[in-house]
Amino acid sequence: MNDLKIMPKGAVKAWVEGLKARGFRIVGPQEQHGKYVFDVLDDVGALVLEYPISVTAPKKYLLPPREVLFTFNTTTMEMEAQIEAEPTVLLGMHTCDMHAIQLLDTVHATGFADQHYQARRKALYLVSIECLSPCSPQCFCKDMETYSATNNYDLHFVDLGRLYAIYVGSEKGEALLKGCTNVWKPTDGDLKTLNQVMTEKWPRFEFRLDCELSELPKVLGASQTSPIWDELGDICLACGACTQICPTCYCFDVTDEVDLKLENGRRIRTWDSCQIEKFAMVAGGHNFRTSVAKRQRHRFMRKGKYQYEAYGQMGCVGCGRCGTGCHVGITCIKTYNALIRAYRAQLETPSAEVRAVEMTP
Amino acid sequence: MTTLLKETLSHASIYMPTPARIVRTKAMTAHEKLFLIELPSGFSLDHRPGQFVELSVLGVGEAPISICSSPSRSNGHFELCIRAVGKLTNAVHALPEGSMVGIRGPFGRSFPIERFYGRDILFVAGGLGLAPLRSLIDEVLDRRGMFGRVILLYGARSPEDLLFPNELVQWSERGDIEVHLTVDRPSPQWVGNVGVITTLFSKIEYDGRNMVATIVGPPVMYRFVLRDLLAHGLAEGNIWMSFERQMKCAVGKCGHCQMHHIYTCQEGPIFSYAEVKHLEEALS
Repeated sequence: MNDLKIMPKGAVKAWVEGLKARGFRIVGPQEQHGKYVFDVLDDVGALVLEYPISVTAPKKYLLPPREVLFTFNTTTMEMEAQIEAEPTVLLGMHTCDMHAIQLLDTVHATGFADQHYQARRKALYLVSIECLSPCSPQCFCKDMETYSATNNYDLHFVDLGRLYAIYVGSEKGEALLKGCTNVWKPTDGDLKTLNQVMTEKWPRFEFRLDCELSELPKVLGASQTSPIWDELGDICLACGACTQICPTCYCFDVTDEVDLKLENGRRIRTWDSCQIEKFAMVAGGHNFRTSVAKRQRHRFMRKGKYQYEAYGQMGCVGCGRCGTGCHVGITCIKTYNALIRAYRAQLETPSAEVRAVEMTP
Repeated sequence: MTTLLKETLSHASIYMPTPARIVRTKAMTAHEKLFLIELPSGFSLDHRPGQFVELSVLGVGEAPISICSSPSRSNGHFELCIRAVGKLTNAVHALPEGSMVGIRGPFGRSFPIERFYGRDILFVAGGLGLAPLRSLIDEVLDRRGMFGRVILLYGARSPEDLLFPNELVQWSERGDIEVHLTVDRPSPQWVGNVGVITTLFSKIEYDGRNMVATIVGPPVMYRFVLRDLLAHGLAEGNIWMSFERQMKCAVGKCGHCQMHHIYTCQEGPIFSYAEVKHLEEALS
């Protein structure tokens, strides 16, 4: 696999029209209210492949904000699982979002495999695009090692000016190009351009995290009792916007809806947020994460430590969306760097806490 | 052919329960009721002490409930002791015998009973914590010869709040399990101990060196009980606790029960103190 093809930019629209005619639902980035969002492309002409960051992550096509898990009848106790999977081509994904999908894939395949997610994932064709420069003032994808292609794409585009270089990563990707006449094998000139474009890309991204990525879980582990969490807790509004727009947040709530006769209903899953006060509260009122500070701590720990320990992949992909969406300016990069500074200062004058963590096997 | 209930999760949806019947209900206290549940014929729960099920009332919702009957006495049925404290549990309390509910599970890690062989066992239960421990106590009593001294310390708010009162009497009368009770608010007839559960520790002599302890109760209880047990020389790996957390899925997905990198529904709810003592969020 990893075949390389070339497509002129002018041919993209016809190719996508062709996919639509073949019955695929086409989703891609498009402009809405001056920003870019992933949405179904009724008009293929609205597709924008060169765009800054999208407001929300495309995770909604794998985990809809609201989803029926099964329908039921309360009298007969009949239940029917609702597995919805519409063949969908997701175009123009930035590579940070592709890394996020890798984590989502792992989570939903670990232990009990989530059939709802997996059916949708199977029907999803992932078409990503190489970012040639940082797409947002908040992003730090170079630090999180997500600023280039993953190995889970079906097709991966690189902008060569008038042309796109297209890596074919899977049979699904091959199927998408099937019948498309306006692609060709790269010429020596195309390859030269591709190499030049990629070589010029790397220096445009800067390192912004003040430690090695591999050090981040350790820094966070030593920061459980840091006063920085209280500082965040003091300003955080606990609105949960950060988790809603995060490409890797997947926590959910489950509720029942039933008709007026209390007979037919459905069990629904909806996005939830660990930033909401009741998230860790059990019946009877005991709350295992009472303060806003503790909830912010949980979020950052999850992004830079817990998910790495549980699934071997960082829970943060460095997209910076949470920082853009935060009403009070809490950002990942500022928070991580403040924790790193505090950690280094502690190391110079070791406290009992740091020593204890260092000694923990 | 018997189908394990857990296998049904892989059929269509891990979130869809199997219908089950409430065969019998029995009021235990003003707030707690015991439910005898029967799975459809051909299905087996096959649980171990300390595990839980997700209990559904269709149209109301779902909640995790510890199984309080022992596997050795299950015989196709199992029991749940439920406190009416939330939306789902109040709805279940209102259901008459014969009503249908949904069951998923069993979920989670159980008490490692084989690791208790040859040791003394100290059961420490606070309030509703006796329910999950009863599953283990009956299992231990059914294999009584495998263990050394067996002690139960059980605390409740008042004498009327003591769960499984008949069984407490039966256990006391057996002679091979020492039963010590305490209440916070005694009735005029109460002749037993008064005070929090830790006041019982000064009433018994025990050597922690060959002992396993299991603690189930309200979160506030754990720290104080742990202090006593550790002071008596119990090894950190021999103290086993059940952790209550909010759970919406029980299959390691919804995120509600996560403490640090651990999904309590998957790696718990039973943990040894050695496993969680470094986790800032575990015992807070």
